[in-house]
Amino acid sequence: MSGRHGKSAPAAESDPGGAEGFSRGPGRRRAPDPEPAAEPAIVNSPFEYELNQFPEFTPGWDVGEARPFLEVRDLRVHFPTEDGVVKAVDGISFRVERGKTLGIVGESGSGKSVTSLSLLGLHKRPDKRGRGGARISGEIWLDGEELTTAAPERLEELRGDKLAMIFQDPLSAMHPYYTVGEQIAEAYLVHHRVSKAEARKRAIEMLDRVGIPQPDARVDDYPHKFSGGMRQRAMIAMSLICNPQLLIADEPTTALDVTVQAQILDLMRDLQREFNSALIIITHDLGVVAELADDIMVMYAGKAVEYGPAKTVFTEPEHPYTWGLLGSMPRLDRAVQDRLLPIPGSPPSLINVPSGCAFHPRCRFAELAAGRCRDEIPQLADNGRKHLVACHVRPDRRRDLFAEYIAPHL
Amino acid sequence: MLTYLVRRLLAAVGLLLVITLITFWIFFVLPRWAGQTPQSMAAGYVGRQQNPAALQAVIDRFGFDKPLFVQYFDYVAGIVGGRTYSDGVSLIHCSAPCFGYSFKNYEQVWPTLLNRAPVTISIAVGAGVLWLVFGVLSGVISAVRKGSIADRASMGIALAGVALPVYFIGPLLEAMTGQWSTKYVPFLSNPLQWAQHLLIPWIALAFGYAALYARMTRAGMLDALNEDFVRTARAKGVRERKVLYKHALRSALTPIITIFGMDLGTVLGGAVLLEVTFSLPGLGLLAVNSIEQDDFPVMMGVTLIAAFFIVIANIVVDVLYAVVDPRVRQS
Repeated sequence: MSGRHGKSAPAAESDPGGAEGFSRGPGRRRAPDPEPAAEPAIVNSPFEYELNQFPEFTPGWDVGEARPFLEVRDLRVHFPTEDGVVKAVDGISFRVERGKTLGIVGESGSGKSVTSLSLLGLHKRPDKRGRGGARISGEIWLDGEELTTAAPERLEELRGDKLAMIFQDPLSAMHPYYTVGEQIAEAYLVHHRVSKAEARKRAIEMLDRVGIPQPDARVDDYPHKFSGGMRQRAMIAMSLICNPQLLIADEPTTALDVTVQAQILDLMRDLQREFNSALIIITHDLGVVAELADDIMVMYAGKAVEYGPAKTVFTEPEHPYTWGLLGSMPRLDRAVQDRLLPIPGSPPSLINVPSGCAFHPRCRFAELAAGRCRDEIPQLADNGRKHLVACHVRPDRRRDLFAEYIAPHL
Repeated sequence: MLTYLVRRLLAAVGLLLVITLITFWIFFVLPRWAGQTPQSMAAGYVGRQQNPAALQAVIDRFGFDKPLFVQYFDYVAGIVGGRTYSDGVSLIHCSAPCFGYSFKNYEQVWPTLLNRAPVTISIAVGAGVLWLVFGVLSGVISAVRKGSIADRASMGIALAGVALPVYFIGPLLEAMTGQWSTKYVPFLSNPLQWAQHLLIPWIALAFGYAALYARMTRAGMLDALNEDFVRTARAKGVRERKVLYKHALRSALTPIITIFGMDLGTVLGGAVLLEVTFSLPGLGLLAVNSIEQDDFPVMMGVTLIAAFFIVIANIVVDVLYAVVDPRVRQS
């Protein structure tokens, strides 16, 4: 296909057994902990782990006993197509604790949704001859259980029960022929041995909980009779009916107008607090993550380019792509004559990802690292403040650039 | 819903009236425009001895010499309230619904139609069940195992089914099964023999339709499996089998139901090729025979019955659509 694929070699070297060979055989997998989470240490944020562990963050990131609730290691999701391999997700690692929220941010096509679907095991698997479907490698540890190698039946048990997903665009995500109540109750019935009447009662409770007026009447309505915001609430009710410990929200508010958006975000925050679940919010809207997230991971072309506590990523972002995202965000307090600062160009093809740093063709600062941006894939590295950035520009230089060129315009 | 149904039924009556007008025009007015006189039209009914008296008698019975709108009015009035024919010697009463009187074989049209209809209904129902079940089933399997040997085989057979006409498949099946007889045994007299003797016509007719339905189901299922709501069902942890039939198939079936209603209506109006191939005395064969004999009243009767079935099928489909799809129900 393309000679460019060879250029990802530097990444592969630092990542034994990563890019080549997607075999999910036991050979390349580290054995699961015999006693997962022997002492469930309470950790407030992944970033409160010892700092010196972060330099080797990307591939092998060994935390020892205090295994986080959700840990994703070097996840790769590749789709073989006729035009070449689409590397939708190419080696990302992150972790989320219960009660905490991770925001995954990026443009369309950066691999956000693919990441979330692979957490649920919703990608089509290749057929017997290894054609079609998604090739997934890496590890997803959820509460001591590895998910990429789990049996499909086990994933069915987990889905909707222990981990659940809120989809964007609830009109198409809900079945037009079944009532909202039936669809919510179904999520409960799948995982609980109860009567239909009981599941229905539970569905009404959930509708009430997410703030739908007259839930015992609306439960029998079809999705098309709900307004957009109400559908999103119903979707949330459906996801939460089994009290999932991990909730993934994929663009939960994209289809909603701003006032409803705020209500939904409030609701999600309240429910998360109530159930103490881990929450992953996937969005291209930085305002949404600013509202909810404890940590933020910025994705570009299937890779994480910046990952750190939400506050630092917002106030002291260091990756030029994050600057671009922040600069394209409209703000009320910005003077009107200041124009938005869009990122030039468009997201790269995931088949022919630009060499080196995938962002370099669009980066204003690419020449500062003397050609490394074009030739060498930057690794996520700690800048000394629990804040990981994948950029060849020196950290002190980045901070200067941000202070000088970017911050005044935000 | 009820008012909707009443409105549809009234509209259907109006539509059927228009159809009678058009068929009447085709069978009785067009020939006049083409230069036929009442005498020459009557001549076809008289037989060998073409004396003026016999011609005049036919003209009187049919009313060929009356103004056209009177003829049409008589015809429609006959359907609603019956009419009486006189040939000068005796009176023939034709009770409602009177679709006319065939002077070719001296029978009233309506009882003939009633006589023939069970054959066609038997063919349509049996073949309809077969093609619906097998078409949808193989379509679903093809979609779920897309690209597999089962998929390719059933799509290949489907292509053959679409391409091969009934009068090819029918004799082929007969040749393959040897002495298997095909004839019509009334269902009420012996249901087992009824099914046994109609099996080959059913298969012959269902084959082509099943092929079409398999392709439609496959396409619909592939679409449905890509729908967001199917992904949602999987995300809820619904078992894959249930995802397939409860979520994907349910939405893929809607267009199938629509087409099935229309196809069944069409076959009910007479499976012409099949009935001719197997000499089954249904409406289709009646239509062919009446055309061969220039038997206008029978031709009109068959045409109107076929139109009636299609109009009714249309209404049933629309109602079914509302039952299946709640979004339609609302409006």
